[in-house]
Amino acid sequence: MNGFLTLLYKELLRFWKVGFQTVFAPMLSTLLYLLIFSHALEERVQAYPGVTYTVFLIPGLVIMAMLQNAFANSSSSLIQSTVSGNHIFMLLSPLSYQEIFIAYVLASVVRGLVVGLGIYVVTLGFFELPLYSFAWVFAFALMGTALLGALGIIAGIWAEKFEQLAALQNFIVLPLTFLSGVFYTIPSLPPLWQGLSYLNPFFYMVDGFRYGFFRASDVSPYLSLGTLMTCFLAVSWWTLQMLKTGYKIRK
Amino acid sequence: MTPAIEVRQVHKRFGALHALCGIDLEIDTGEFFALLGPNGAGKTTLINIIAGLTLASSGSVRVKGHDVVAEYRKARRMLGVVPQELVFDPFFTVRETLVFQSGYYGIKKNNSWIDEIIHHLDLADKADTNMRSLSGGMKRRVLVAQALVHKPPVIVLDEPTAGVDVELRQALWRFIKQLNRSGHTIVLTTHYLEEAEALCNRVAMLKNGSIVVLDSVRNLISNISGHRIRLRLSPDTLPAALQLLIIGHDQGYYVLAIEEYSQLENVMTALRATQTQVLELQILQPDLEEVFVKIMHGAESLEPASV
Repeated sequence: MNGFLTLLYKELLRFWKVGFQTVFAPMLSTLLYLLIFSHALEERVQAYPGVTYTVFLIPGLVIMAMLQNAFANSSSSLIQSTVSGNHIFMLLSPLSYQEIFIAYVLASVVRGLVVGLGIYVVTLGFFELPLYSFAWVFAFALMGTALLGALGIIAGIWAEKFEQLAALQNFIVLPLTFLSGVFYTIPSLPPLWQGLSYLNPFFYMVDGFRYGFFRASDVSPYLSLGTLMTCFLAVSWWTLQMLKTGYKIRK
Repeated sequence: MTPAIEVRQVHKRFGALHALCGIDLEIDTGEFFALLGPNGAGKTTLINIIAGLTLASSGSVRVKGHDVVAEYRKARRMLGVVPQELVFDPFFTVRETLVFQSGYYGIKKNNSWIDEIIHHLDLADKADTNMRSLSGGMKRRVLVAQALVHKPPVIVLDEPTAGVDVELRQALWRFIKQLNRSGHTIVLTTHYLEEAEALCNRVAMLKNGSIVVLDSVRNLISNISGHRIRLRLSPDTLPAALQLLIIGHDQGYYVLAIEEYSQLENVMTALRATQTQVLELQILQPDLEEVFVKIMHGAESLEPASV
């Protein structure tokens, strides 16, 4: 096993060993959202013609859970190691900063996909959800989780205390995901909020992901994918710079 | 032969703090070397720079000829580091920890060597125990094991025996000595100077980020230390002629510093002259601790006291 695969496997095993907390808990909370919002709003809202609110909601909730878990995976793994100091075992080894980056991002992607797939499979038992294109769905799942995985690395390295990380999660990641159009379509918003929503990268993840199911979206999926790829490249470059220069971790 | 570790003009600044001020150090292959110095002298910073955990502000470090920045992959394969802090990953068992650590170095089938280290460090009973459940001493053993998984030719131990019971300390040193005999270079820091004296052939003493002494243990003790004698007198007053030599007075005992044993004669003469009776006389063996204390209290006291 080479160094990169070892680190990836270790990162996967890390969340899998506490799967109750890292996989089943987010599945449960997402399904609760679905239950409550669909009960409260089913009769009142119709987002796309011919699509009930609950069915509209499912892809949004699935990708929201995937994004939050992808971010949580890399960020919590890194902050736990830097706070406890066991990150030095990785730093003492000949692993390159690129290998470290890819391993953490991939582990985040896998955790996001496992959580998302779990929610999707459970909801299939209760609702009929169309699937227009698996390729689009997968492309957005991959880009979204990879982007959040990379952001999680930045957050995990930057934060020195758990409360700083919690603040990032509660004041940035959570509002941005909630305000990304998971629960509504953007054209239904007042103009100011519409404009602001287009500046939110999470919007493109949700909108594009949803396109894969309904073949309907607020903006073109190509625009969304292009935006996400640009964001991913920018964030990756930033993350790699941090890892390369040893920002905060090789003081 | 390529030195095990080569440190050239290494400076490290943390903001306004100049933690290392131009360290030059060469440690040969097969040495058993100690880095000594009070807390905050820069020992751990230097070790971290050698290990690549900290980047030097300027200067260069090579491990077995490989630059720790430019050729970090090669350099890190050559080096095993036992960190000072008891760090561990609470998600995994002892064996998992060791298997992952070998994996990081790209070593595929390492089970027989891992078993051997586990056996030598007396961890066999705990191999499948989660790291969280281990006692401090056991965690320390795992740290040593982790540093050895890739059979590094150079092993650095940062205070490996801090807070460790006598039995483990002895077992640990037996194992480390065995590694040294089989050709591994050992570098350690410790606050137990008797350990350094018993184990090491050379020491460097750091003070405020500089190396103030770099020599063999034997030379240091014979050149710098001088000798001490401990006396109990009746009456309990030291003649004025001997006051200059005094380095301690405790519970009726006077400790005097002399340059050579021959000066004992001068001391006795002075005592006789004042009709002071010697109730007890001990000649204290010079040791590294004494050297250390002298050096850390300033270079001027390196001069042996004279009668």
